[in-house]
Amino acid sequence: MSWPILYAQLVGANRHSTSLGKVWLSVLFIFRVMVLVVAAESVWGDEQSDFTCNTLQPGCENVCYDQFFPVSHIRLWCLQLLFVSTPPLLVTMYVAYRNQSDRKRLLEGSGRSSFLSNKCQEEDLNTLKRRRLPIAGALWWTYAFSLLFRLLFEGGFMYALYVVYDGFHMPRLVQCDQWPCPNLVDCFISRPTEKTIFTVFMATISSICMVLNMAELSYLVAKAVTR
Amino acid sequence: MNWGFLENVLSGVNKYSTVIGRIWLSVVFLFRILVYVAAAEQVWKDEQSDFVCNTRQPGCENACFDHFFPISQVRLWALQLIMVSTPSLLVALHVAYREHREAKYKKKLYKNKGSLDGGLFLTYILSLVFKITFEVVSLLAFYFLYNGFEVPMLLRCSESPCPNTEDCYIGRATEKKIFLYIMGCTSILCICLNFAELMYIIWKHLWKCFTRRYAPVQRTVSHPAVSIVNQFASADPTINTEQGHEPAAEEENRPVQS
Repeated sequence: MSWPILYAQLVGANRHSTSLGKVWLSVLFIFRVMVLVVAAESVWGDEQSDFTCNTLQPGCENVCYDQFFPVSHIRLWCLQLLFVSTPPLLVTMYVAYRNQSDRKRLLEGSGRSSFLSNKCQEEDLNTLKRRRLPIAGALWWTYAFSLLFRLLFEGGFMYALYVVYDGFHMPRLVQCDQWPCPNLVDCFISRPTEKTIFTVFMATISSICMVLNMAELSYLVAKAVTR
Repeated sequence: MNWGFLENVLSGVNKYSTVIGRIWLSVVFLFRILVYVAAAEQVWKDEQSDFVCNTRQPGCENACFDHFFPISQVRLWALQLIMVSTPSLLVALHVAYREHREAKYKKKLYKNKGSLDGGLFLTYILSLVFKITFEVVSLLAFYFLYNGFEVPMLLRCSESPCPNTEDCYIGRATEKKIFLYIMGCTSILCICLNFAELMYIIWKHLWKCFTRRYAPVQRTVSHPAVSIVNQFASADPTINTEQGHEPAAEEENRPVQS
């Protein structure tokens, strides 16, 4: 998973965000992506090799692992981060579309008037590229929708994690009776406490991000209402 | 995506720090992050596969490892580094807020956006207090989770499903102990640096307040063309064109008129 590419995309969208949006981006990258890459991936690294069942039956461990871990936590978090990072790109796309239509209008306008020099035109085009659009009108709606989608994705993935793993706690022992295991077999998960700690940590930071998004949405609505 | 991201973020904060703050930053980069990336990660890489118990009972090693290492030392170290580096961002946020205000009102509101006065002084103090708190909390967590900074070669475990009390052996115990000591010492050094920085800026601020109050106001020789009557008749403080003070700065840093 190439996080620098994602970071490069989001930093571009960051220019048109509110201050809460910028705080959200920092929280996302420092407390979620960094922790995921630096710590969580090594904790889950040996999840299948160190998943041990009290049986010599070949295939039993594979089947039991598959039953209890349909999707690994790490993969779910990567997908969550990816989905949650894409709505800001809606804002970038809209800004690019606006810039392009304004640029076209500027070039058409200067084409008609003959006394506008080339240098003046270049300066105008540069300011167009570098300007920061106020969050009003269609941009406001795009931004509000991107926040709404972010909230939905965060909530959706947290719920999915809760449902798939029956909560945020990882037990030390699970009992499995899938074929080809002969009877009820005890299976032991590797590093369950460390996994619980990181799951709770990521869930907490996820909730903080959701709170930030809700605060940003309320701020936008309040700003629009008072205008 | 690795520690380079954190390094970039922190280097940006560097220009608003004091001298001791920059020393702290170098210590964090050289003696903590670099040591972590270059060495510590490798030492703990095979921690579970090299954790061996004197039993053939399946699941006993897993259970014992989980009992003795609820969270791995190297992960706790990584979390500590991340938490300790983030309070500096508060300062960067405050400076960005000042820049935003200046851009909004379209005039120069602050003599120097990065100077530690007013609200930025309090933000800086707060960031230092947070840093010290996180460091101390992490050291205490290490101490209580692992019974000190010792890494024993042999542990005795009787967790279920182990049948009796089993001997379990940790891989690379001495090497882990050395790195934990390095981590502990650099942590304590950073706490001392943060404390020293806190004392330094508080003392500097108090000194500035005291000297502002009691030092005599120096009046420079005014331009001969300006009439002396005009100088004393005007209600506003004299703007000395020779010194080039700005009115906004005068408003903020006006000395106490006795």
